Amino acid sequence: MSDLKYVGTSTVRVDGAPKVMGAATYVDDMDFGGNLIYAQVVESPHAHALIKGIDTSEAEAVPGVIRVVTGEEFPFTFGLYMQDRYVFARDRVRFVGEQVAAVLSRDPRIAMAAAKLVKVDYEVLPNVLDLGDALKNDAVLVHENLADYEHVPWFFPRVNTNIAHWRKTRKGDIKKGFAEADVIIEDTYEVPRYAHCPIEVHAIVGLYDHSGRLTLWSGSQSPFTQRNVIAEALKPLGLSHHQVRVITPFVGGGFGGKAGVSMEIIAAAVAMVVRGNPVKVLWSRAQEFYNTYQRQGVLARVKLGAKKDGTITAIEHDLHWDAGAYVEYGANVVNAVGLSATGAYRVPNVKIDSLCVYTNLPPGGPYRGFGYSEFHFGLESHMTRMAKQLGMDPIEFRRKNAIRGGDTLCYGAEMNENGLLEAIDKVSDAIEWGTKEESADENKVIGKGFSCFWKAPAMPPNASSAAFLKFNEDGSINITVSGMELGQGYLTVMAQVVAEVLTVPPNKIRVETPDTDRNPYEWQTVASHVTWSCGNAVKKAAVEAKEKMIDVVHRARGFDKDDLYLDDEKVKSKSDASFELPFSEFVINGIMTEDGTFRGGPIVSSGMFMPEFASALSDPETSQGGHPNVHYTVGAAGVIVEIDKDTGKMHIKRAVLAVDAGKALNPSLVNGQIVGGMLQGIATVLYEEIKFDKNGKLVNCNFTDYKLPTSLDVPDEVIPIIIEVEQPDGPFGARGIAEHTMIPAAGMIANAVEDALGIRLKTLPITAEKVALALNGINYEDVRGDFMGLCFMGDREKYDFDAVRQT
Amino acid sequence: MKRTITITINGEARNVDVSPSDVLLSVLRDRLGVTSPKEGCGRGDCGSCTILLDGKIVRSCLILAIEADGHDIVTIDGLGKDGATKLQKALIANNAFQCGFCASGIILAATALLEKNPSPSEEEVKEALSGNLCRCTGYQPIIDTILEVSRS
Repeated sequence: MSDLKYVGTSTVRVDGAPKVMGAATYVDDMDFGGNLIYAQVVESPHAHALIKGIDTSEAEAVPGVIRVVTGEEFPFTFGLYMQDRYVFARDRVRFVGEQVAAVLSRDPRIAMAAAKLVKVDYEVLPNVLDLGDALKNDAVLVHENLADYEHVPWFFPRVNTNIAHWRKTRKGDIKKGFAEADVIIEDTYEVPRYAHCPIEVHAIVGLYDHSGRLTLWSGSQSPFTQRNVIAEALKPLGLSHHQVRVITPFVGGGFGGKAGVSMEIIAAAVAMVVRGNPVKVLWSRAQEFYNTYQRQGVLARVKLGAKKDGTITAIEHDLHWDAGAYVEYGANVVNAVGLSATGAYRVPNVKIDSLCVYTNLPPGGPYRGFGYSEFHFGLESHMTRMAKQLGMDPIEFRRKNAIRGGDTLCYGAEMNENGLLEAIDKVSDAIEWGTKEESADENKVIGKGFSCFWKAPAMPPNASSAAFLKFNEDGSINITVSGMELGQGYLTVMAQVVAEVLTVPPNKIRVETPDTDRNPYEWQTVASHVTWSCGNAVKKAAVEAKEKMIDVVHRARGFDKDDLYLDDEKVKSKSDASFELPFSEFVINGIMTEDGTFRGGPIVSSGMFMPEFASALSDPETSQGGHPNVHYTVGAAGVIVEIDKDTGKMHIKRAVLAVDAGKALNPSLVNGQIVGGMLQGIATVLYEEIKFDKNGKLVNCNFTDYKLPTSLDVPDEVIPIIIEVEQPDGPFGARGIAEHTMIPAAGMIANAVEDALGIRLKTLPITAEKVALALNGINYEDVRGDFMGLCFMGDREKYDFDAVRQT
Repeated sequence: MKRTITITINGEARNVDVSPSDVLLSVLRDRLGVTSPKEGCGRGDCGSCTILLDGKIVRSCLILAIEADGHDIVTIDGLGKDGATKLQKALIANNAFQCGFCASGIILAATALLEKNPSPSEEEVKEALSGNLCRCTGYQPIIDTILEVSRS
């Protein structure tokens, strides 16, 4: 592996110039001409209500309004893992902002004005806005027909409750584990909802043409999954997969929010009824907050037992997720956490209950980290607390219990080889752990915090990738793949993989964003899996091309195949140093033989990858028996925080994160993920705070009131560290790292705050306001007023995790 | 009520009929086909729609098109008309952007800064970019590149 030429180098991004020169095209930049129709959505003002009738007459009478569409026309359900969503709300609305109808006009301002004239007659129902109400024995049901929904076999809904899925994991003997413990700590942590906030809002244009084809131009992380979900949902209208085409230009940030199908179904369905006219649905920034997906809230009770010598004996982790009105995607977040909520530690006795709970709040769904950021907050807070109670150093405690390759995971499969210990040690050094720092300002104190992290790709066991490759006359290459360039640098590393195999430099390899008609299949660009999965497919395609090229030269020139190799864009011979044939001389037109006939022809190839060892089938009571996760990526992170004792304002002096990339195919891009992901993680702890009113309406759905960090809020110093313990089944040993970089933020900052001030905060976010209040002995929840954003509005200490077991 | 206005965009005088309420950003994007300024929030929070108006950075979602009548606008397309600027070359070489949606606004803000202050401090760079949100990069690679260019 040491003689790699392109893999492992910080190649310049293939999409760098288009983006920096302003040439990159995003969906809303595309011109669809004067025939374009704008669809303005009519939204529910209620969190839970029956729709008794919709009067569209006044809106339809407005000059310029083409027509109004409602749910009556689209009696279809859809969803990725569970079909619990509707194109438009039909009989009832389940969250504030849910789409009820759409007004169509060629003038967006007319559509917007007329949408206000659509009269919806609602009968308001009691709602469930928090976990306490949702899990009561006589709870109002968000979905009365839960039993009818189709779902994947690894979900276990509880009919006649709001529990859409309950993942149970059991390993060892939990009672014995706690009996063996010298110290047991139990506490509850709360993580509210968060919004993805890509700077590009969701945008989609759908055109159902007169030949019967539906084309969607979509800012999506998942063109093929979008095609599949939409084709399945609209099948009753006579569509089949080959008649649906999804084209995805560049995406202006996704972070999970543009995975699956959320608002995109509206453009697809509406296009079907205004045949021949392109229909655009462009979300406002407010809609981007409340009607795509949100990161789900969770209330988590962690019970951890350890012996005096620091050996963890048992963990019991109850996670109740506020999953919102529709859980077709979010339930799989709940599932993923239910399989991994031990964190990156060897724990002999495990009991995890992860519950997906419907509420009348916006749909929960995938968000960078897929639930792991959320559970790591409580778990990693607990790890430090346990170490302190045992009188051990918190890093040494983690080191002692760190999971190793070959350990048995809580669902019975084996842990992959990994560089966790190296990550722990390097981060420890980089934050000068053990050295107490004093602030130059006597009103400020400095604390250090630490966290480990891990994450596996959460995906169906048969999630797969494919790649096509073709040579051009001059020896340059086009590859087509259907992962999405979200900014992470995926297109660039795919070019690097091909470059390495075929000896063609990346700047001679064209790789573009997908079009489902022309590009081969990719499941989705989520789960930090495309470098690994699609990288494997691309590598196979490159190897196949290489074999074909060698075969042509063998047949035309008589060299043994074993004698031929590729070097510097030429086919060369080991035995005959004088022979070299540039790719440009044969990859399209072949090689002429002595009699004037040709051998070969255009070199084209393909590759595909599916993890054939994965399985989601296991015992529903224990999760034992399957192999649901292909591997874990691990790492550690640390932070040095300076805190103003008057204002509570926290300033990050240094943030360090080490991640085991297996093999960093492009170190510059890995560093980019670390630096960017760290700030996104820090933002969820220090700045971002979602607020609903008591009727379930999101009140801070803009960037004035929902605070994203600016350039003035970056840490003084960010130190990215790359660890490389090879992933044997990854392309050149690589595994994914992108989501992972925001996972440790909350735990490490909470631990630093405690280190500095002796205050343990157990609810996110940890804003300056909360810290200042805590320094004055005031509980934030007592003073926050009517605004809610928490999963449980009552006294958290009194939340009854066990009540639900009776149901 | 429509009125014809003349805006010089990247050196070319363009006429367009606008209503008094038309926002400059939508006139640029939807009427004139200049799509490099992006709409991220429509209320001046994110800076994705930043343009140079008579050399000064302006959020084009916050001004009316008629206010730009007779004025000179530069978008990122104009900046790189004769090839990438030194700053753009360095941003490409350093892989400084990720999704790229904020790039046009940030590069214009940085260009305006360097025009005015060719040797800014790190704090001055951060201050100059503070009106432009980026969700991907953590800002640091962009800040570092601007400093690198200003020092070279």
